[in-house]
Amino acid sequence: MTAIKRIFIANRGEIAVRIIRTCRALGIETVLGVSEADRESLGARLATRTVCLGPSPAAESYLKVPTIVHAAVGFGCDAVHPGYGFLSENRALAEACVENGLIFIGPDPENLEAVGDKLTARGHAEAAGVPLVPGASGATVADSDELAAKIGFPMLIKAVAGGGGRGMKRVDRREDLAAQIDLAISEAAAAFGDGRIYVERYVTIGRHVEVQIISDGETVLHAGERDCSVQRRYQKVVEEAPAPRLPHKLRSGLLDAAVRFARHIRYRSLGTVEFLVDVEREEFYFLEMNARIQVEHPVTEATTGLDLVELQIAIAEGRPLRIGQQDIRTSGHAIECRLNAEDPENNFMPSPGRITQAWFPSLPGLRVDTHMQPGAMIPPFYDSMVAKLIAWGETREEAIEVMRRALKVCQLDGVKTNARLHEAIMNDAEFQRGGVDTAYLAGLLSTVAEGEKGG
Amino acid sequence: MVEFTRKDIEDLLRLIDGSDFDELKLEMGDLKLELRRRGSAPAEAASAEQAFSPAPLKGETRAAASATVTTDAPVIASGGGSEVPAPLLGTFYHAPKPGAEPFIKIGDTITSDTVIGVIEVMKLMNSVSAGVEGVVTEIIAADGQLVEHGQALIRVQPALP
Repeated sequence: MTAIKRIFIANRGEIAVRIIRTCRALGIETVLGVSEADRESLGARLATRTVCLGPSPAAESYLKVPTIVHAAVGFGCDAVHPGYGFLSENRALAEACVENGLIFIGPDPENLEAVGDKLTARGHAEAAGVPLVPGASGATVADSDELAAKIGFPMLIKAVAGGGGRGMKRVDRREDLAAQIDLAISEAAAAFGDGRIYVERYVTIGRHVEVQIISDGETVLHAGERDCSVQRRYQKVVEEAPAPRLPHKLRSGLLDAAVRFARHIRYRSLGTVEFLVDVEREEFYFLEMNARIQVEHPVTEATTGLDLVELQIAIAEGRPLRIGQQDIRTSGHAIECRLNAEDPENNFMPSPGRITQAWFPSLPGLRVDTHMQPGAMIPPFYDSMVAKLIAWGETREEAIEVMRRALKVCQLDGVKTNARLHEAIMNDAEFQRGGVDTAYLAGLLSTVAEGEKGG
Repeated sequence: MVEFTRKDIEDLLRLIDGSDFDELKLEMGDLKLELRRRGSAPAEAASAEQAFSPAPLKGETRAAASATVTTDAPVIASGGGSEVPAPLLGTFYHAPKPGAEPFIKIGDTITSDTVIGVIEVMKLMNSVSAGVEGVVTEIIAADGQLVEHGQALIRVQPALP
């Protein structure tokens, strides 16, 4: 066991500030590696020391493994915290840390390998008895009966050589299957020069539900689930815990499956196992495991009272977990809104610029994770998230009410933000009822657009 | 020769204050003036050698450390000469190998292609070219010092055109 005294933070924005928060509380010094564009950021002002890694583009600063390791060693750090995004799940960084006597605050390179590649991760899920979307490869017309029984309808036929939605066919009825397989094979052969197809179950109404894992390699715990179904183009916009209106059987099923998966790969660190919940069939399927602290971790912290970054650091130090599953009790409901500097009225174009006013007063039940302050610059080089509002209430209704208040009170001027979209979501009857699917937000956006056209 | 008065500086300050620019650099003959808005990042890093030396942080107060982050008074009157900034973060060496002659000495006349030192990043040596022509007046970064991106390495009195 090694007590960490100085952490090199290889990240930026709100997560750098979030990590500094816990480090200060634990008496750990921080060295923040920044790009030229972030020299004056809040994180740079709060860290014990700040060092410029390179020019503004991430490829020349935040993604430079040798530079980060050299700086961490040079400044006498014992550990590297990679945050999320950037190099957070990068095996080269994890290995370079090991080779240079630094603790990588995350899982070991073997764990990263086990979850880094989708196919490898699926193999592990299968071995751990964790359900995957039923499917079959190399199907022919002769397999129709077997496919219909195993996969069911609706079904999706994909060209093996296709991708990004190209070469996909949806089949809704048994009587159409043989003809569609034939057609798909000849179309794939014509379009991609490769007639092989892959068939899988199509989920009409799907929810994105994920499970927070905390593991020291021996004790594998879960800290409940998060529902991240409110998405725009696969980007999460609103997250909440617990998942509303999720049948008990599904909830306990996916919590167990997540723990089983983490135990199977001997996972050691914080991690998140993502599932697709098939609402109509009342089943769930493994999607992937994220081997890092997640953007939406605060909703879990709000409902469990845990400091996940503190646990992550303690596990990295080699300390055995001092809590058991019975010690993790969830209470109330938490919702997170991701405030982005983007223009919802102009196709969500990023809106970088200088912040003229930033005011996030404390309200009962509200937590704000942000690196914004008056005068802060939002550079055009990185993602557009500028703040996370996290509302907690005894009930989901109360949490929504806290968020509605927060959105009315808080102010961020100088750039365009998606704050009004969040208000529309919080005021929407369907969201308020709870349990929306991943297609929900696209529908709400088109309704809002229609409404504005009609006056 | 143009006379430059305090009033001229005040006028310039008002000008930059009412504009969207964060920084103004003016060179007239021997005079060199840099104005920078408070809180804005300098285009070239202000050299803060002590702040970024690889010495342990122990014993330093947090206030002292963070004070080095906020830069400067708004007006910098430079004594002339250009600083050659580190093109990347790493350990700066004056010589190609320990005990060898340094690449350059004070008083040397250099061209923009002259190698002034090497920066090591994880055992990888990167040679640093001056990028300016002139006479070396100061070696700012020490041999074996960890330098950050943009940190001043040497000072050069540029050659007259």
